[in-house]
Amino acid sequence: MAEITMIDAIRQAMDDELARDENVFIVGEDVGKRGGVFRATVGLFDKYGGERVIDSPLAELSIVGVGIGAALYGMRPICEIQFADFIYPAFNQIVSEAAKMCYRSNGEWTVPMVIRAPYGGGIGGGLYHSQSVEALFAHIPGLKVVIPSNPYDAKGLLKSAVRDPNPVIYLEPKKGYRLIRGEVPEGDYTVPIGPAQVTRQGSDLTVYAYGMMHYYTLQAAEKLAGEGVDVEVVDLRTLYPVDRQTVLESVSKTGKALIVHEDNLTGGYGGEIAAIIAEEAFTYLDAPVRRLCGPDVPAVPFSHPLQDWFMPNPDKIAQAMRDLAAY
Amino acid sequence: MKLSNDIQVEMYWMMLLSRRLDERAWVLHRQGKIAFHISGIGQEAAQVGAAFALRRGEDWVTPYYRDLALMLCLGYTPRDFLLALSGKQGEPTSGARQMPSHWSMRKANAVSHSAPVATQCPHAAGIGLAIKMRKEDKVVLTTLGEGSTSQGEWYEAVNWAAIHHLPVIFMVENNEYAISVPADKQMAVASSADKACGMGLRGISVDGTDVFSVYRTVAEAVADARAGKGPTLIEARMYRLTPHSSDDDDRTYRSREEVEEAKKKDPLTVGRRILEEAGLLNQAKIDEMEMRAKEMVDDAVKFAEQAPYPDVADAMFPVYAEEVRRG
Repeated sequence: MAEITMIDAIRQAMDDELARDENVFIVGEDVGKRGGVFRATVGLFDKYGGERVIDSPLAELSIVGVGIGAALYGMRPICEIQFADFIYPAFNQIVSEAAKMCYRSNGEWTVPMVIRAPYGGGIGGGLYHSQSVEALFAHIPGLKVVIPSNPYDAKGLLKSAVRDPNPVIYLEPKKGYRLIRGEVPEGDYTVPIGPAQVTRQGSDLTVYAYGMMHYYTLQAAEKLAGEGVDVEVVDLRTLYPVDRQTVLESVSKTGKALIVHEDNLTGGYGGEIAAIIAEEAFTYLDAPVRRLCGPDVPAVPFSHPLQDWFMPNPDKIAQAMRDLAAY
Repeated sequence: MKLSNDIQVEMYWMMLLSRRLDERAWVLHRQGKIAFHISGIGQEAAQVGAAFALRRGEDWVTPYYRDLALMLCLGYTPRDFLLALSGKQGEPTSGARQMPSHWSMRKANAVSHSAPVATQCPHAAGIGLAIKMRKEDKVVLTTLGEGSTSQGEWYEAVNWAAIHHLPVIFMVENNEYAISVPADKQMAVASSADKACGMGLRGISVDGTDVFSVYRTVAEAVADARAGKGPTLIEARMYRLTPHSSDDDDRTYRSREEVEEAKKKDPLTVGRRILEEAGLLNQAKIDEMEMRAKEMVDDAVKFAEQAPYPDVADAMFPVYAEEVRRG
């Protein structure tokens, strides 16, 4: 099996889906001839033409709004928001329209669409090319929120997202685009939206993570193994709806939980995992639930030392694991 | 595009029915029998004229909340409307989830819309894009108030439709007020149609109190759209003869003299005069129509009074397409 990067896996998924279903099309800024600023759509314009790989005007709300209209008509749009930081103009369309369409029409209308957006820091992107936006959308019934952490899941989850009859926010850890490599089958397969995955078995504590932080967490867990601490890692993969069962099973076994994300601490997604554990696994806990998150400043600063200060990394995660293990 | 005598009379009938239904809603509200009403009184001619210019049931519509007359032309019934006003079980557009006058009718290709204004416009552009991609012979009509033309949602939608020559008709129902704010505080141009010139599409302003003028104007735009000549922006000029909604008191921002003056151009009066002069309408016919309208409205009120409220067990669904129960 070939070992490929995240970005190649994402492109393969879109290529496959465009070939499989003529209702699928891509719309976004620079997705055409340029193949996307991250090159996620390279080659697709030449292969499928400008009618199915559409360069949008530089206007995010209508990338999504036009996508919704096309989806209502029966198409399967894949909308690319160039950076998650630029998704806010489309927030109204996502939250007021796509997410509520099924409920507000009592099921008469549904919106099968994918909104892809690269998210996350550590790439020198400063305040407006580094943001993590998952908590904003994982609060909204009607949406599904998916974040892959490796190429296999990236391809399989994106295919599931394209085939899903609901609006799916598909957030891509951009720092991992070319850094994270893995084996990916060439043919068709899907990874279901919903289930989390235990990616490392352990007995001393559980770390919950997703995206780039999951990648770092596995590295930190290796380090802790050398120190005699046996860490279990759960890759959440789908943030909304959350896989409560896998979350609870793991902490019930280890008795200790650490949640890691690079989004700000307050109101971040980790709070939801902590609440689920507190409500339903309280009697299994041997320690307080801990969170390692980005600090509560507006976004990731540009200058390298400042960025490093903001971002969780394998060393910081390892230290948080040690602290929790010692409790 | 010549309308038969029968069709012309039918158009008047649709305006009349809409008016009597709308008036009854005000009465029911003042009697404390319903919680809320938002009115289309004064806007019937534009809505009926536009509806009759479509292939109803085949073409698509993304309407807004004042479009009672438009929806009646698409097959919405007085019983449907009274169920919506009362929030009763069986309300067909949303299962009584939405406030009244938030339309949706899948069988007529009339799309569900929300309350933040102009969000339906990008949907129309997306539907137009899908029609073009599938090389189909359909058009989409979207309606909005003049206040909505201040929204970025609208500009982006018009821009999309113009760039891609999409078969979209944007009909601005300029009733001179956005709640309390007059049109000259929404735009620095005399007519919403003037906004077209900077965006690369045709812009036409028409007397929105004359149902037949509106019909001819929209019919031409529809023919152009079907012929691949792209979108048209139509402003239908009219006056909102009632307060914004049952919660509004328009005496706080406009004079009674102004409203009385506007009533001289009531679309029903205008339509009646045209048809009487053409010998197509007389007092006996109007009496018959009034009787029929009263019977239909009375029936609808009784029907909704007797209908049960929705079962709260249904309120949890359908948030996602998988939960939709068909048939």
